[in-house]
Amino acid sequence: MPDTRLPVAPAASRCPDIAVELDNVTFGYDARTVLSGITMSIPRGKVVAIMGGSGSGKTTILRLIGGQLKPRSGRVIVAGQSVPDLDREALFEMRRGLGMLFQFGALFTDMTVFENIAFALREHTELPEEIIRDLVLMKLQAVGLRGTAPLKPAALSGGMARRVALARAIALDPMLVMYDEPFAGLDPISLGVVGQLIRRLNDALGITSVVVTHDVYESLKMVDYMYFVAEGRIVAQGTPAEIRASDEAYVRQFVDGEADGPVPFHDPAPAYADDLFAHD
Amino acid sequence: MNRSTIDLWVGIFVTIGIGAVIFLALKVGNLNSVSSSPGYRLQADFENIGGLKLRAPVKAAGVTVGRVEAIKLDSKTYQALVTMKVDNGYQFTADTIASILTSGLLGEVYVGLDVGGDTKMLADGGRIGKTQSAVVLEKLIGQFMFSKAAEGTK
Amino acid sequence: MTSAAFLGLAHVLRRLGAGTLAFITRLGFATRFALAVIRNSPAAVRRIHLTLRELYFAGVLSLIIILVSGLFVGMVLALQGYDVLIRYGADESLGILVALSLVRELGPVVAGLLFASRAGSAITAEIGLMKATEQLSAMEMMAVDPMARVVAPRFWGGLIAMPLLAALFSTLGIFGAYLVGVKLIGIDAGAFWGNMQAGVDFRFDVLNGIIKSFVFGTAVSVIAVFEGYVAKPTAEGVSSATTKTVVVSSLTILALDFVLTVFMFRGLGV
Repeated sequence: MPDTRLPVAPAASRCPDIAVELDNVTFGYDARTVLSGITMSIPRGKVVAIMGGSGSGKTTILRLIGGQLKPRSGRVIVAGQSVPDLDREALFEMRRGLGMLFQFGALFTDMTVFENIAFALREHTELPEEIIRDLVLMKLQAVGLRGTAPLKPAALSGGMARRVALARAIALDPMLVMYDEPFAGLDPISLGVVGQLIRRLNDALGITSVVVTHDVYESLKMVDYMYFVAEGRIVAQGTPAEIRASDEAYVRQFVDGEADGPVPFHDPAPAYADDLFAHD
Repeated sequence: MNRSTIDLWVGIFVTIGIGAVIFLALKVGNLNSVSSSPGYRLQADFENIGGLKLRAPVKAAGVTVGRVEAIKLDSKTYQALVTMKVDNGYQFTADTIASILTSGLLGEVYVGLDVGGDTKMLADGGRIGKTQSAVVLEKLIGQFMFSKAAEGTK
Repeated sequence: MTSAAFLGLAHVLRRLGAGTLAFITRLGFATRFALAVIRNSPAAVRRIHLTLRELYFAGVLSLIIILVSGLFVGMVLALQGYDVLIRYGADESLGILVALSLVRELGPVVAGLLFASRAGSAITAEIGLMKATEQLSAMEMMAVDPMARVVAPRFWGGLIAMPLLAALFSTLGIFGAYLVGVKLIGIDAGAFWGNMQAGVDFRFDVLNGIIKSFVFGTAVSVIAVFEGYVAKPTAEGVSSATTKTVVVSSLTILALDFVLTVFMFRGLGV
């Protein structure tokens, strides 16, 4: 377990029940601020959703947790380690305890399904080929796709590719799995399957899951806690029951899918009439 | 495609690639000729070297025995100093004559060595005393016309 | 000068300056990238099968175009060369003419250009697509460095393939010239090979040609992996990166060829 050999852990995260903690995190590119003052803590063993519209900065949060981006200010703590302060080697060491499912799966297109899942095992372990084979088939069985092992990713449907990517994300038995839009572009059946899988794998393997999504119905069914992010800030949070009961305007707009509300339908622009008659 | 098929193809590719390099080295560039074998140096002064170039062959009785390695102008005598590298297997007498010759009217320019009867042999760095310069066509024609003109005035 | 013309000139100068600055910045970045590739090269050697795989894609799959082009270039050289040489009665020098042209210049340069458009563009497109579909990001998140796993093997595969391809190009070219010159036109085979051997020096001509092809292979491989790695992660980003690889590689080969020729063959009277 990665957390048993940690050196010095900051006071706030010495508590073993917290897998990921973000403390007042701000991030931006040059002049543009993407996230400001994000504070969240993700308990071990739970499924936590980060909800928000497109471009609200949710994926950025995952990249901060994975150490692919560094925050401008604030602390990002994963399993007791401050991620931005890790050097390259320690960062790679930490990532071995992470799994990530990318938006469209990001399967390696030049390898078969089997090789995709075996990839991390072959890169990071010296296991003999028979054991790797057993492990890979086990992971594929867990997502119900053992029969696809010899196929190339191009031969899979969108939902199947997502499940294979899920099997790849859990190949090294990580303590934390991050899902970037796991439901995007899936038909309702595949969507239900993937949602169920995330929940079941989380409970069966004792991992912690962070799901970034804009699919509110699917999330309400399966998560333990959710954060709503809009314009780089957390605007609401709570358990699914609290969210359902919430009468906060943003949450209502998101849950009920209304076109106009706190998130305006119109992009900021000069007055319509001024624009129309501008050519005079 | 599985790994052993790739290995096979890469093996074939590398083999014929190296084969091509060997072909270029031996059949085209004759690596085994005098040009790269060890040799010793001889020097000779010429009044005029004509079109002699670096790496031009050095021949004795038509057989290539070495190459021209350096051409310099001696700033004192204003003669061309030609350094030749000659294959170790050939020895030349001390009274050898070096001449600048052309194979055919338009052929390559080379240094010809004519062996004399001396019993002493030239050693490494040895200097060939007797030389014969290149025949410069313009000069020949000029002399010919001059002598014709001189005949005409008689 | 009118103020409009002055402003126009100022605009042109500003764009020129910005362009130059951007070019130099990119060159610096590419150099840093190339050093990073070399630093990550032990990984390409350690897992040799990855490099062999790239050698297959860059080398074996380029064979057909290289062999066929070499053959035809040699045959055309022989026809054109014979046409000129026969006017001076020097038709027996055909062998040396063709061999020197191929070994010194055409072999490395034309094989390099073909290699850039066949293998270089494929390498760029592959890495660019991997980036666009987040495969490189996924690798990073799996604690595997894409520089070591993806970039370095492709770089070395290209680097090794190129000199072999250039040598094969020259060989096939000489064979093509032999077919046309000796078999078709009827030049004496002994004169063809004999003149060639007398005139082509291993160290000056053949070895310098091989050095050239090594340099070109390095340049094309660096450019190909670099353009792929920095491609914008979109469809048009990848397509423009692929085009850029071919254009930049070709110009680099021609420029390097000039520089190398000046250094290698200076003082030989060529």
